[in-house]
Amino acid sequence: MTPIQDHKALALKANQIRKDILISLNKAGSGHSGGPLGMADIFTCLYFNALKHDPAKPNWEDRDRILLSNGHICPVLYASMAHAGYFPVEELTTLRQLGSRLQGHPHRTALPGLETTSGPLGSGLSQGAGMALAAKMDGVNHHIVVCGSDGEQQEGNVWEAVLLAAKYKLDNLIYIIDRNFIQIDGNTEDIMPLEPIKDKYEAFNWHVIEIDGHNYSQIIDAVTEAKNYKRKPILINAITVPGKGVSYMEDDYTWHGKPPSDEELATALEELEAVRTQIEEGTYEY
Amino acid sequence: MPITPSANLRKTFLDASKLEMVPVRNGFGEGLLEAAKNNDKIVGLCADLTESTRMEGFAQAFPERFVEIGVAEQNLVTVASGMAHEGKIPFTSSYATFSPGRNWEQIRTTICYNNQPVIVVGSHAGLSVGPDGATHQALEDVALMRVLPNMQVIVPADYQQAHKATLAIAKDPKPTYLRLAREKSPVFTTTKTPFTIGKADVYYSGKDVTIIGAGPVLYEALIAADMLKGKVSVEVINLHTIKPIDKATILRSVKKTRAVVTVEEHQITGGLGGAVAELLAKELPTPMEFVGVCDRFGESGSPMELWEHFGMGPDNIIDHVNKVLKRKV
Repeated sequence: MTPIQDHKALALKANQIRKDILISLNKAGSGHSGGPLGMADIFTCLYFNALKHDPAKPNWEDRDRILLSNGHICPVLYASMAHAGYFPVEELTTLRQLGSRLQGHPHRTALPGLETTSGPLGSGLSQGAGMALAAKMDGVNHHIVVCGSDGEQQEGNVWEAVLLAAKYKLDNLIYIIDRNFIQIDGNTEDIMPLEPIKDKYEAFNWHVIEIDGHNYSQIIDAVTEAKNYKRKPILINAITVPGKGVSYMEDDYTWHGKPPSDEELATALEELEAVRTQIEEGTYEY
Repeated sequence: MPITPSANLRKTFLDASKLEMVPVRNGFGEGLLEAAKNNDKIVGLCADLTESTRMEGFAQAFPERFVEIGVAEQNLVTVASGMAHEGKIPFTSSYATFSPGRNWEQIRTTICYNNQPVIVVGSHAGLSVGPDGATHQALEDVALMRVLPNMQVIVPADYQQAHKATLAIAKDPKPTYLRLAREKSPVFTTTKTPFTIGKADVYYSGKDVTIIGAGPVLYEALIAADMLKGKVSVEVINLHTIKPIDKATILRSVKKTRAVVTVEEHQITGGLGGAVAELLAKELPTPMEFVGVCDRFGESGSPMELWEHFGMGPDNIIDHVNKVLKRKV
C-alpha cells in the first residue's frame, strides 16, 4: 500500500476508525471500548503509513506481519483492516454475530489478513518471535510487529518470549505495548505493578523506545527507528489514553470491557465529529 | 496361526529370550533425522530435554534448524506456532507432563484453533518412566489432546512404529500429538509392518473378544492373547491413532467378538478406552472392560514393578478378558 505521509490525513482516518469501532461495538452489544479507541492512532499509522502490506494480497510473502496479542481490542484491528481494504467497511457491523468473519476475538482462518488467532493473553509475542526466527532462517527481511497490552505483562509466557527474542537477537521483531495503565479489575499499578517497564526490557537486552501513542511523528519515527535497529529486539512502550476521543471513556477502566449504549454512542459520535472539525481546522493535536 | 500374517510382526517376538528392547523415543529421534534430511522445512524445538527426548541427533545434524527454547513449555509451542505460520514444520519436544501438560491453552488456541501444523511430542509418558515418580508420569495427556478439535493423537507401540509415525507425520503435517515412552520396550513390529495414520491394525485374529490397545503395553496384550490360545480366541488391535479413530476396523472386529477390553498406560478416564467406549456406545453397544490407571497418580518404582503394581501385565489383562466374557450377551 502507498503510505499516507500527511499527518492530517492520518488523523482523519483515525477519527473515522474510532467512529466505526464504536458503531460496531454498539451493534454487537458486547465487547471492549477503551483499548481499541486508545490504539486507534497507532493502528492507523501502522496500516496507512509504517508497514509494508497489500490488502489485495494478504499472503504476500514480503509483507510486514502485524499480530494482535491482546485479541480483545480487535475492533480497532478490524476497523483498520476494513479501511485499508481487506474487506468491506459495511462488514464491521457483523462484529460478534453468528457466522461473521469478525469473531469476538480474532480467528486467523476466518478472515484473510489476520496472522494469528488470539484472545488468551500472553502468547502473541512468542508467536511473533517464532515468525521472526523463521524469517531469520530463511534470510528474508520483513518485520514482525506484535501489539500487546500492559496488563498482559503479568503473563509468564510473555517473559519466556522476551528471553528468547533477546537470545536470538530478533531485530526483526517489534513489540508495541499499549501502556494505558488499565486492566479489567482496575489500574495496572494496583492490580500488579509493572513499572519500571523500560528498565525491565533493557535489562532483558531489548532496545526500548518510549512514545506518546497519540503523537503521529513519534509513532512513525519509532517504527522507523525500530525497523533500522540491529542486533536486539525492539520494544515500543506507547503511553496511551484508554477511550481516547470520547470524554467519558478516557482513562476510566470501567470502559475496558463494555460497549456503548445507543445514547452513549450518539454522544460519542458527536464528540468525535467535533474532533474531526478541529482536525480539519488545524486546532487538534496529533 | 492367529498372528495376522500381513502385520509382518517380528517372528520371535513371543520368545522373551530373543526380544530386542529399544525405547520408543529412539524411533522418533531417528525418524526425525531421516525426515529432516529430505525436507528442509522441518525445524526442531526443545525445552531443555534435547538428549532425553531424542532430538539430539537432529540438533547436531541441523543446528541452523534447531531452536533451544530453555525450560519454557508455553514458549515452546507458541514459538512453534509462529514458525508454522511461516511454512515450517515444527516438531516440539519435552516430557508429556510438561508439554502438553503445562501449555494446554497455548496448544488449544495457537495450534489447534489456529490450525497450524505443529507436532507436540510428549516423551516419558506413562508409568514406565519409573523412578522419577508421579510428577513425571503423564497419565492424562491423551485425554488433554484428544478433546481438541483439529488435533490428531498418535501413540506408537514400539521403536519401529515411532520411526514410521514420525515420517508419516512429517509427510502430511497437521496439528499432532505424538506420545512416546522413555523405557526400553519390546520391538515387536518390523520395517515391513504396515502403518498408516488413522488406520488401526489387527495384529492377532480371534472371534471371542477384542483387545484394543496402544503404546508399549500393547505387547502385554499380545502376550495375554497368546497365553489364552486354545481357551479364548482373542483379537488384538493396535489403535496407534487414537484420533481420528478408525471406526471401521473396530466395528468390524467387535461385530464379530461382541466383547472388548481396552489396554493403555493412561488414566482410564478420557484415554483410548474412553474413545472406544464413545464409539461403541453410539454404534454398537458392547460389554467393555478397561485396563489402565483408575483415577490415581503413579509412584516411584522400576517400570516393570509399576506395570505389575498398576495391573498392566498379561495376567491382569487376562482377568479383564474373563470378566468381559462373563458379561457377554
